[in-house]
Amino acid sequence: MSRYTREQMAARVARDIPEGAYVNLGIGLPTKVANYLPADKEIFLQSENGLLGMGPAPAAGEEDEDLINAGKQPVTLLTGGAYFHHADSFAMMRGGHLDICVLGAFQVSAEGDLANWHTGAPDAIPAVGGAMDLAIGAKQVFVMMEHQTKNGESKIVGQCSYPLTGIGCVNRIYTDLAVIDVTAQGLQVLEIVEGLSFDELQKLTGAPLLPAA
Amino acid sequence: MIDKTVESLEQAVAGIHDGATIMIGGFGNAGMPSALINALIAQGARDLTIVNNNAGNGETGLAALLKTGRVKKIICSFPRQTDSQIFDALYRAGKIELELTPQGNLAERIRAAGAGIGGFFSPTGYGTMLAEGKETRLIDGRHYVLESPIHADFALIKALRGDRWGNLVYRKTARNFGPIMAMAAKCTIAQVSEVVELGQLDPEVIVTPGIFVQRVVQAGVETNIQEAA
Repeated sequence: MSRYTREQMAARVARDIPEGAYVNLGIGLPTKVANYLPADKEIFLQSENGLLGMGPAPAAGEEDEDLINAGKQPVTLLTGGAYFHHADSFAMMRGGHLDICVLGAFQVSAEGDLANWHTGAPDAIPAVGGAMDLAIGAKQVFVMMEHQTKNGESKIVGQCSYPLTGIGCVNRIYTDLAVIDVTAQGLQVLEIVEGLSFDELQKLTGAPLLPAA
Repeated sequence: MIDKTVESLEQAVAGIHDGATIMIGGFGNAGMPSALINALIAQGARDLTIVNNNAGNGETGLAALLKTGRVKKIICSFPRQTDSQIFDALYRAGKIELELTPQGNLAERIRAAGAGIGGFFSPTGYGTMLAEGKETRLIDGRHYVLESPIHADFALIKALRGDRWGNLVYRKTARNFGPIMAMAAKCTIAQVSEVVELGQLDPEVIVTPGIFVQRVVQAGVETNIQEAA
């Protein structure tokens, strides 16, 4: 069975981001989306630590410890970019000013509940960061994740078993097997990786799917 | 003449008492007032409650303060990182209390304290374990959680430049929590790379007006200072 690579997933998400969008890319896999945003379109990347108009990583030797992203890695500021304090940064999220955020996930439920911050393991030290604010704040929440865990369990589930990040907040799911919208009618399949049938996809998915039109 | 500048880091942290709640600026190491933290370690106050986004990185700054065992509680959003080994060990040993707060709620709780707000309803965290036990309300069809302000006795923050009235400007993403923590503490102590004369900071671009700042101390000139706006 063929699967979308992580790079292909990132490129696929990038195709759905229009010019002029204000976008927050979560830590991890979503960060890769930045590499596929078209250079000829102006898209505004926001970073939770007070940065709008975030540019790519600096050249070696040009790093500045005062200019970092949410993952605490060195970044650059595009011409026209701006700095602001933390309360303003999260007002951009909570206030519904961001058009799109792209997040990783442990699980997404059939109704768009998101679990992406805590495995619930009793010995785990919890850390939430901006995940809950992003999940409920952006106009559209995209999730990027592998379709299944390493043990072959579906990460799309009827009900999340991991602690929730937000309720009913996910709009679209990009996995290595499919692109799926969360709708009032259910999980609507938009695309399936080449060579995989809808029925095969359904067997690998822990919640009912609606076939592509 | 009003002059909020102090000569030494020792003077800057004078009077920080045992049991104090202290906000410490910074997001990771960006904006962390390391000189003030080191001065606080030397000063010796204990049984502290610390408010910061993280819980220390590596062995320096906030991590070094935690290592002294003088912090009884930390309020933060993201304690667990690849280099948070000092916090991790204290937490697993039950030697530090953790109040975990979503980052935006943390920022708004700090801002609310500084703005005189007694509490606010936030949609963040509704239905999650971080909202358990909190009052909720349905407003115009959306669920919210009642969040309380976080007040502090002291705030230790880092800025790029300050003047003797306490006006501050910051540098790039080192600004982060500085402006709101300055508002939320009874006594805000700013570590600046450069103290400038009154009038040298453009009033149109002052980020923290001096009313929010009680002490200013110069602590080392940063290497990148020339290119900063």
